[in-house]
Amino acid sequence: MKKEITYREAVRMGIDTAMEKDKRVFLAGEDVGKYGGTYAVSMGLLEKYGPERIVDTPLSESGFTGMGIGAAMNGMRPIVEIMTVNFSLLALDQIMNNAAHLLHMSGGQFNVPLVIRMATGAGKQLAAQHSHSLEGWYAHIPGIKVLTPATVQDAFDMIHLALADPDPVLVFENALLYNTKGELDTSAEPMAIGKAKVMREGKDLTVFAYGINLLKALDAANALEKEGIDAEVVDLRSLRPLDDETIMASVAKTHRVLTVDEGWRSGSISAEIMARINEQAFFELDAPMRRVCSEEVPIPYPRHLEEAAIPSVEKVAAAARALMEDA
Amino acid sequence: MSPSLKKAEKFYRQMLLLRRFEQKCAELYTEQKIRGFLHLYIGEEAVATGVIDAIEDKDGVVGTYREHCHAILKGVPAEKVMAELYGKMEGCSRGRGGSMHLFDKEKNFYGGYAIVGGGLPLAVGIALADKRMGRDRVTVCFFGDGAVAEGEFHESMNLAQLWELPVLFVCENNLYGMGTHIERAQSEPDFIKKAKSYAMEAHRVDGMDVLKVNDAAKKAVKHVRSGKGPLFLECQTYRFRAHSMFDPELYRSKEEVEEWKKRGPIITLKKYLQENGMWEKIDADAIEKEVEKEIEKAVEYAEKGSWEPVSELTRFVYSEKEAK
Ligand SMILES: Cc1ncc(C[n+]2csc(CCOP(=O)(O)OP(=O)(O)O)c2C)c(N)n1
Ligand SMILES: [Mg+2]
Repeated sequence: MKKEITYREAVRMGIDTAMEKDKRVFLAGEDVGKYGGTYAVSMGLLEKYGPERIVDTPLSESGFTGMGIGAAMNGMRPIVEIMTVNFSLLALDQIMNNAAHLLHMSGGQFNVPLVIRMATGAGKQLAAQHSHSLEGWYAHIPGIKVLTPATVQDAFDMIHLALADPDPVLVFENALLYNTKGELDTSAEPMAIGKAKVMREGKDLTVFAYGINLLKALDAANALEKEGIDAEVVDLRSLRPLDDETIMASVAKTHRVLTVDEGWRSGSISAEIMARINEQAFFELDAPMRRVCSEEVPIPYPRHLEEAAIPSVEKVAAAARALMEDA
Repeated sequence: MSPSLKKAEKFYRQMLLLRRFEQKCAELYTEQKIRGFLHLYIGEEAVATGVIDAIEDKDGVVGTYREHCHAILKGVPAEKVMAELYGKMEGCSRGRGGSMHLFDKEKNFYGGYAIVGGGLPLAVGIALADKRMGRDRVTVCFFGDGAVAEGEFHESMNLAQLWELPVLFVCENNLYGMGTHIERAQSEPDFIKKAKSYAMEAHRVDGMDVLKVNDAAKKAVKHVRSGKGPLFLECQTYRFRAHSMFDPELYRSKEEVEEWKKRGPIITLKKYLQENGMWEKIDADAIEKEVEKEIEKAVEYAEKGSWEPVSELTRFVYSEKEAK
């Protein structure tokens, strides 16, 4: 069945259908119930499932994330919502030292089938403490998987993919995507975790992006087309694992690489992608790789400074042009 | 208690200024002059007004993201706060911080913090430095009822009491953390019991009555300043407006809000003054006009302010001066 809905509705439907199907699934987080969800994602679910399955928690990020880990170890399928990635730092110890390492520390005895969802990203003038994009950072940690749905289809599918996984999966929903619209096909076979997707075919260069920056990359590609530059755009979808196969195949096709992400430039996921291409496809390259990332500065409040700090359509297009002129 | 006329008039003027300032903010938000998150303190003014009156200029204040009023009361000029809300370079944080991150080192205003609970450990450290360096200073740390559920609250309470540090913890209990009522967030909603479990001196006061808050705060500051260690002061209050400008307020009834508004801090003070024959001696119209003028001036200052050039984007990531 196909229909056009918002990204927000797609996440809600993902949670709703998963909860209908599996009694072990519950949603817990700050203001997910009575308030209706900070981004209105879980609106109406409390009424449908009641307070034992739509669990409003106090402001205790470390506590309720750890609770989710414990419940997952003991047979349930929790979806923990951390309001935004910014507050996940209070739960970082639980995510890294417990969720990510338990299976290994226990010699394979305790897997943690936990899903942690959080909103991410800048672009709303919320200043330094509320504008982080730390998904690339989380992708550093072995033991967890990191998903970054950019489309309505993935917003829905990834809830199911994450719940079906035996290990902890972090799902990053860029807050600017909630109002975007797209087509959802609920009967389509979801594309597996760890698979990237070519969203636009091209022959001159490849732009690798995920989340909100996928949309910026696609817009840039449309602008570049008018200038005679034919960009391929790849949606990474998953930052851990990264889909080396799809990445290298595209490099072998276009021979020029531009990566885009909203993390700070140093140590960003772009750096990891570039390193892998260097290791696996160096001789395919016609020019040095380029990246568009956030500037090395906390995100400032004023609009013009925030825009200057994060990737934009213009920056992506400019980098692509420069890349075409390189050697 | 019975305050002098001068003090009563001061409180009235201050709370009116705060009220009108934030009403203006709400207006400017709809005009998109102010962006991002905007958390208003409307309804809670008696808390910061009563407490900050009880401290001295040299004392420190640590705030939350709902801190416009605290900043102004601590002496940050309203125009500098307004310019900050605009994101202009003339703002008290150079425009970089916005509504949730007001700072003024000169005024010992240690900032607005937007991660709930994040300010409490800092207050402990500021007070520890004062104690070690032999300074006669008190640090006042404001936070909400929601913060009490965070680990950082409990860690900070324990540390402050363990080391007998000069911190006044002021809990602005407005019953809600976003949409979650305290009864749905706390197994033990009696915060005094919690504070006492850390062996800390703790008091509760009606946070809608500036005179009562002021009285309690003066005693609390005296305790902290005398070296007897920290003190926990719970002020029972209520937020009249939405949590932020994005809140549909599905979690509470209009009647509940209206009921609390009857006990609003400005109304409560006015009633007291009337009942005690002081109201006639205050020229309320003149105060209203003066306040309006000050706000006009603040808006004008912000409007005229400048945007920081993009070429300066990456400044203030590292210090530009050598360490002293
Ligand atoms: C660690 C953290 N978690 C969640 C949030 C989102 N948030 C901002 S304010 C708030 C409610 C805080 O309530 P309270 O401490 O009572 O302060 P109030 O807003 O009532 O003044 C929440 C959940 C946050 N900023 N920081
Ligand atoms: Mg509160």
